[in-house]
Amino acid sequence: MITVLYFARLRESLGQSSESLALPANVRDLQGLRSLLAARGGVWEDELAHEKRVRAAVNQAMAHSDSPIADGDEVAFFPPVTGG
Amino acid sequence: MTVRIQSADFDVGAEIAALRRGNRKIGAVAAFIGTVRDVNEGDAVAEMTLEHYPGMTEKAIEEIVGQARARWAVVDALVIHRVGTLRPADQIVLVVVTGSHRGDAFAACEFIMDYLKTRAPFWKKERTGKGLRWVEARETDDIAAERWRLKG
Repeated sequence: MITVLYFARLRESLGQSSESLALPANVRDLQGLRSLLAARGGVWEDELAHEKRVRAAVNQAMAHSDSPIADGDEVAFFPPVTGG
Repeated sequence: MTVRIQSADFDVGAEIAALRRGNRKIGAVAAFIGTVRDVNEGDAVAEMTLEHYPGMTEKAIEEIVGQARARWAVVDALVIHRVGTLRPADQIVLVVVTGSHRGDAFAACEFIMDYLKTRAPFWKKERTGKGLRWVEARETDDIAAERWRLKG
């Protein structure tokens, strides 16, 4: 299982802040997970499928589309940050 | 190095005094304070709410401060960032860097702030006369962070 967290605009539009997910064997990186979630359709597709500016972290470190994902990981999706 | 994420306000004078206390190696203290503007994108802002990613936020800022320490002669550094609901003129963020000389302290303080803007997981939502909206990231912030890479 992996934990997936959603923040800010994504948390609101997807209607949840976190979920536990069984990682399919064919999903090995961030891009794979993003495609899996986008395939749910509706708001998931709207937020995650296109070239929309979505950032991600794996185990609380900024990650890229080819960052590997393994069982037990904490993955987060969020918009570009706006602190400071 | 101290990194604090808190909803409470902070006292800049007290924080700087605590960071400097008793350290005679310090010859320079550079500080940046970010505050809430009453206008954004041409609209009056009544209040804003800051959300963050607990755990990652602290790690991300510690990593940024670590990079600054590797690059400049820094004696110590402090970062305080507020979360929750803030109003115009409220303090949002404090970065203080102490050093032996001003050049390193100024540069490290600006670097930490530029990197925090683009790498620390905070998100602002503001309330204007048009309702609530998420603040969009600015390309100018990416450019400000990128120029530190070009400086080599």
